[in-house]
Amino acid sequence: MSKTHVTTTINGEPMEFLTDGASSLLDVLRGPLGLTGTKEGCGTGDCGACSVTVDGRLMCACLMLAVEAEGKSIGTIEGMAQGETLHPLQQKFLEMAALQCGICTPGVLISARSLLEKNPDPTEEEVRFGLAGNLCRCTGYDKIVRAVLETAADMRESAR
Amino acid sequence: MTDIRYLAPTTVDEAVSAFAAATGAASILAGGTDLLVQMRSGVRKPGTIIDIKKIPALTAIEDLGGGAFRVGAAVSGAVLAEHKGFAKAWPGVLEAINLIGSKQVQGRASPGGNLCNSSPAGDSVPAMVAAGALVTIQGPNGKREIPVEAVPAGPGRTTLTPGEIVVSLTFPARPAGSSDAYLRMIPRTEMDIAVVGIGVNLTMEGGVVKAARVGLGAVAPTVLLVEAAAKALIGTKLDDAALEAAAAACRAACNPINDKRGTIVYRTKVAGVLLKRTAAIAAARAGGN
Repeated sequence: MSKTHVTTTINGEPMEFLTDGASSLLDVLRGPLGLTGTKEGCGTGDCGACSVTVDGRLMCACLMLAVEAEGKSIGTIEGMAQGETLHPLQQKFLEMAALQCGICTPGVLISARSLLEKNPDPTEEEVRFGLAGNLCRCTGYDKIVRAVLETAADMRESAR
Repeated sequence: MTDIRYLAPTTVDEAVSAFAAATGAASILAGGTDLLVQMRSGVRKPGTIIDIKKIPALTAIEDLGGGAFRVGAAVSGAVLAEHKGFAKAWPGVLEAINLIGSKQVQGRASPGGNLCNSSPAGDSVPAMVAAGALVTIQGPNGKREIPVEAVPAGPGRTTLTPGEIVVSLTFPARPAGSSDAYLRMIPRTEMDIAVVGIGVNLTMEGGVVKAARVGLGAVAPTVLLVEAAAKALIGTKLDDAALEAAAAACRAACNPINDKRGTIVYRTKVAGVLLKRTAAIAAARAGGN
């Protein structure tokens, strides 16, 4: 089987891998690259567990071919904390226990960060619509939404 | 999984010759939000994937002036949503595109792909039909331009001939006092497939409808242009009688199926209700121009 050599950037680090034409970005992240923080839920773009950013834009890694990563800048959950310092969303999710089984959490965090970058002061409704592409099968939405709203408030406060 | 060739041509000519040479064994990749799912489920097994996003014309948004825009077929909904000029010119088209899937899906999915996937319930299609958008198609026999409503042939089928690729969608210039709107009915508030979707495009002058187009989705094997509904609105002040006549025309155009999302009776009734609501939104926007 012929493999394609792909040069990309993941969480700011240059990265190279070989892939076939059928593998998704998610397959490569979780397989050869060992970045298993990005989860596979449905594999059909419905659940958002595999949310990543590609050139700053929110996407499902299961809906993108790995070969399409050539020249792109990918952001995964592994790049969210700065060393030992958690992102404010990660910190708040821990403090408020905004997770249950945790499978959806990486995707929710990536989506929530993307939402707050675009809209630092969202209403509850905007958070709920913004995270509509992330399913939590424990149905722990309420804590997630409250944690995102509180993080947004904290981040606005510290940006002053 | 079998070996799949991945090609990323940089010109439409290259893409067309690769697509034609593959004689049906190739699939076009824009956002891939349908293709990758279909590959995973085994519905599509392409030998070659032709990624069209490296072709500049396929990812460009051109402001042609007077509200006219040419949008590359592979432009994602998220990119189009960030174009302030387009949002102002075609709010109904944009709200339809922004109803396709989640934010994640919108980051990849394109109106061109939504059209070519040819689902009767594709959200952007009724809005683009109402807009009177023209589709530029290029194939082995050259270029042609057809209205959006001429592309779908049935669920999952288009009128494109072998080797043809949708290059761009051209939204026409509109006179002042024009606007559009799109509404869809789904049983939940987000992330679902339309039970009925309707796009209405109006040009108003002194409170009177001068021009109208109505696109109706999810109630027939293809998205419909409902000329009788438009005719019922033109020349009126959108009074109750005119709206009821247009709603009746929409109901008459319906040829839906019963499925888990809605029955034939329900879809037909909702088509009329949504016509009235959508026309009111389009008229309010047109008045506000």
